[in-house]
Amino acid sequence: MYPAQFEYEKAGSVSDAIDALSSNPEAELIAGGHSLLPTMKSGLADPDMLVDIGDVDELHGIDHGDGSTRIGAMVRYADVADDDTLREEAEVFAETAHQIGDFQVRNRGTVGGNIAHADPASDLPGAVLAADATMHVAGPDGERTVDADDFFHGMYATDVGEDELLTAVEVPHEGTAGAYAKKPNPASGYALVGVAVRLTMDGDTVTDARIGANGVMDHGTRLPDAEDAIEGTSLSADSIEAASDAAGSTLDEYMVMEDQQASAEFRLQLLGAYTERALAQAGERAGVL
Amino acid sequence: MATEETDHEDGVQAIDPDDVDTEDILGSAIERREDPALVSGEAEYTDDIQKPEMTHMAMVRSQYAHAEIEEVDTSAAEEMDGVVAVYTAEDLDVPGNLPVGWLLDSLEQVNHPILASDRVRYQGDAVAIVVAEERYQAHDAADAVDVEYERLDAVAHPGEALDDDAPVIHEEVGSNQAFDWEIGDQEATERAFEEAETTVSLDLHNQLLIPNAIEPRATVADYHPRTDELELDMTSQNPHVHRLLMSGVIDHPEHKLSIRAPEVGGGFGSKIHHYADEALTALAAKDLERPVKWTATRTETYITDAQGRGHETTGEMALDEDGNITGLRVHTEANMGAYLSTFAPSIPTYLYATLLSGQYEIPTIYCTVEGAFTNVPPVDAYRGAGRPEASYVVERLVRQAAREVDMDPAEFRRRNFVPGDGFPYETPVAMAYDSGDYQKTLDRAKEMLDYEEFRERQEQAREDGRYLGVGLSAYIEACGIAPSELVGELGAQAGLWESSVVRFQPSGTVTVYVGTSGHGQGHDTTYAQIVADKLGVDYDDIEVEEGDTDEIPQGMGTYGSRSAAVGGGAIVESAEKVIEKGRKIAAHQLEADPEDVEFENGEYQVAGAPDRSMTIQDVAGASYLAHDIPDDMEPGLEATSFFDPENFVFPFGMHAAIVEVDPDTGEIEFEEYVAVDDVGNQINPKIVEGQIHGGIAQGIGQALYESAEYDDNAQLTTGSMQDYAVPKSSHIPEIKTASTVTESPHNPLGVKGVGEAGTIAAPQAVVNAVVDALEPFGVEDIEMPLTNERVWRAIHENGGGD
Ligand SMILES: Cc1cc2nc3c(=O)[nH]c(=O)nc-3n(C[C@H](O)[C@H](O)[C@H](O)COP(=O)(O)OP(=O)(O)OC[C@H]3O[C@@H](n4cnc5c(N)ncnc54)[C@H](O)[C@@H]3O)c2cc1C
Repeated sequence: MYPAQFEYEKAGSVSDAIDALSSNPEAELIAGGHSLLPTMKSGLADPDMLVDIGDVDELHGIDHGDGSTRIGAMVRYADVADDDTLREEAEVFAETAHQIGDFQVRNRGTVGGNIAHADPASDLPGAVLAADATMHVAGPDGERTVDADDFFHGMYATDVGEDELLTAVEVPHEGTAGAYAKKPNPASGYALVGVAVRLTMDGDTVTDARIGANGVMDHGTRLPDAEDAIEGTSLSADSIEAASDAAGSTLDEYMVMEDQQASAEFRLQLLGAYTERALAQAGERAGVL
Repeated sequence: MATEETDHEDGVQAIDPDDVDTEDILGSAIERREDPALVSGEAEYTDDIQKPEMTHMAMVRSQYAHAEIEEVDTSAAEEMDGVVAVYTAEDLDVPGNLPVGWLLDSLEQVNHPILASDRVRYQGDAVAIVVAEERYQAHDAADAVDVEYERLDAVAHPGEALDDDAPVIHEEVGSNQAFDWEIGDQEATERAFEEAETTVSLDLHNQLLIPNAIEPRATVADYHPRTDELELDMTSQNPHVHRLLMSGVIDHPEHKLSIRAPEVGGGFGSKIHHYADEALTALAAKDLERPVKWTATRTETYITDAQGRGHETTGEMALDEDGNITGLRVHTEANMGAYLSTFAPSIPTYLYATLLSGQYEIPTIYCTVEGAFTNVPPVDAYRGAGRPEASYVVERLVRQAAREVDMDPAEFRRRNFVPGDGFPYETPVAMAYDSGDYQKTLDRAKEMLDYEEFRERQEQAREDGRYLGVGLSAYIEACGIAPSELVGELGAQAGLWESSVVRFQPSGTVTVYVGTSGHGQGHDTTYAQIVADKLGVDYDDIEVEEGDTDEIPQGMGTYGSRSAAVGGGAIVESAEKVIEKGRKIAAHQLEADPEDVEFENGEYQVAGAPDRSMTIQDVAGASYLAHDIPDDMEPGLEATSFFDPENFVFPFGMHAAIVEVDPDTGEIEFEEYVAVDDVGNQINPKIVEGQIHGGIAQGIGQALYESAEYDDNAQLTTGSMQDYAVPKSSHIPEIKTASTVTESPHNPLGVKGVGEAGTIAAPQAVVNAVVDALEPFGVEDIEMPLTNERVWRAIHENGGGD
């Protein structure tokens, strides 16, 4: 379908963008446009004005720091997926970016847009949680940071306010190995279920596990029971199975997503299977399995 | 008739036509000449066409599947910027009723207006049109047309629609039964079931599918008041059929109406039919005396293109103690949608039940079909059209029967095949199969799969908790849709011949005009191959013209895998007439008796006198110069033919899949997919392979992914690419192809037809494989599409998996 009419403005800087948002409550940022344009075309969104942040320099670039890497909000998935250094620093993040959509989507979609949009079936939220990333948010009152665990509030809802924008994601260089196991929806390619894992190992022993799941609840969610089950164990097929069995145990089945492709019951079934696959792959990459 | 085998397990290698001699061009796997323009964006599609002063049309469509129209208020839309005109049904002064081109005795013909005036019957039914200077303005204004509806209960499924308490969609009919039809011998079939040693029965659902041609439907209409000529460019698989039908619908004389199909981006049947939109574009252009363009959005494609399949069937097979099939009984409820589309009544009847004998000798068959009006878009031909549904019923029942009599499904098929020396074969459902050798395609497929070894592997894997399965699909189809007299007896309101003109230019190049209308099949290449071979003229000197009512005398179009068999036949006949006329001219110039002049490789030669010869190009030149041709002869070198074969053609083959099913997730992995097809002689094996590949992809789409799903209000819930799973390349396995060649005796090229074969064969190969894999769990059937969840539930409900 055709979107309703709208104005279009190009922001030159972050403060430009904030001004535009503050002066017009009906304005929306546009980054890669790969979520916003489809919603406008289907009539689900009709912003008066689009503020294009594509040319804002401050939002571009991947900076590899000492203990963490800062990824600008406008960085495209393809650049993340192709960054070999980042793959060593934060494997789960790079690996997840690699599994988003197809070539076209990876060449257009942005890290900031994905995280700020917070589609429950998107791939990056799980990686943000597993990687323990920090979000940088700018608004009329200046800059602030938000921890991954506090960032996602619900379906399409995050900690970013109406006149704020996400400027960057900071990913710590932690963990021994990471993996992302995704069951794509055969129609859209989004995650029916996706499980992102970051394991920190001491020999065979898992000293820390962070597991983030997409597609299951109304927003990206940690799987604390699976994490608890695997932490402190020596990684093996058995411990992985135990953790996978625990994956959905504290999730409220009534809140689990349901659609044409998968009922809540089946999603939980997939969650277990994909937790198992993600853990096994991370274990393999850590050289343990 | 001899059957040859060819093997393309590693794929057919495409050849540069420059490397092929004219004598060898027919049958060689040359590259498609149309592809450079298609892949580089040079090709011109309907939406690419621009005309001076052109306006744009958008449709106002019902969001409800079933409602009374209380009021249509166009005033706000009319006031909007750029709006040129708004029309409702009241503003149209034409018959405006879309016709049905195939009748059945019991058929309820209902009114199918191009704009709804009192009631809408499916979501997407058009209520008004808006024409504006710009496309966006037209769509904005269409949104501003205010329609008040009184909603009615709706029904999407044929079984429910036929219930007594279902909402009645066409009040003049009184129920939702569109027709009640039967074929075969009821009494003999009842007897076969009474006497059977054992019987099997399956309830099979063949889901509704959305064709999803990559190019949405579109029309550009241009009216010339001075001459009263109305010219349309449109996405058509059959411009001449569209012209004939539309001239009645919009009341414009046929000779003043011209329809051209520019490049068309796929159709799969959906661009055969006459829809309202194209007629409305024409009417608006005529009324406004300005060109009008309409292009469907993808959303409109989902809700208005005629859908396919939509059968609910109970199939039963009777068997004797040796595993011979002794009878088949089938009852089908077919979804016809809200109105009867152009050829809709033929699809679930004559194109379906006449194929229920499959590749088997079945002594007696009886089939009843009830057509049901529902609140979904009209249902009509979609790639395969009736034949996939038939093959699905037969091959699923065969799998079940083999299990029932505890026989390997390959052996069960072998035992029941029509034997190689049994052709022509008369089935109990009105078909006479032309030729075939079914055992050969089965043997070849088994060899490619290493079938016996697989059975051992399967056994071993089961012990290790892994579930592998093999599925066979022995398909047959009737295509090359033709014999006019026969289709006329079956209810077609048209003849299904094909026409061609083969014309030499004076300089010795050739143009061939054909009444088929390709839309991705590669006709420019294959037709030129045929002509090059017949006339001995260089391939590059031959131009192919299709899809234009002004250029091509007459035509019936491209569908039902008919172009090579019927269109190709028409080309050969014209080429032969040209050769005969040329022979007389050559004889005259060479001062010989025509009977002594031989024609070979583009040269006329006096028998026994090699130096007395003339090329056909020189003959063409002489024919137009006309200075020295026989006295009683007209100048020029061209010929027209109408080819009407005696029978359909019957391609057949064996498709087989090996899959592994993960019992924890219901995921299906392909290990192998092999396709052994017999499509008669092959004009171009590369194009044959491409058609087989694409067809299989669509068939796997049906088996595993695709389904038009409707909610209780008959609203489409899979109305976009986000929700309707068209298979992606990653969903399709490597396909190994091989072929056998059994010539068809019914056309001069000995070709059968390949466009639909893969789509007909694939679904049951896949479903049979999954069911075979899950035999240890006692799973007998899973409804298509076999989503991971359905497969998992089937296992789970039988106590398997995690
Ligand atoms: C065919 C297709 C397949 C896809 N498959 C996948 C998939 O497999 N996995 C997946 O995760 N995603 C998938 N996507 C979605 C894609 O990743 C989107 O790009 C992403 O969700 C949004 O990023 P964007 O840059 O395109 O944002 P936009 O569409 O431009 O914006 C989305 C929303 O976020 C807001 N926004 C954008 N940037 C910022 C910012 N810096 N700060 C605050 N708000 C902001 C916008 O205002 C808007 O509301 C797919 C999309 C398509 C079209």
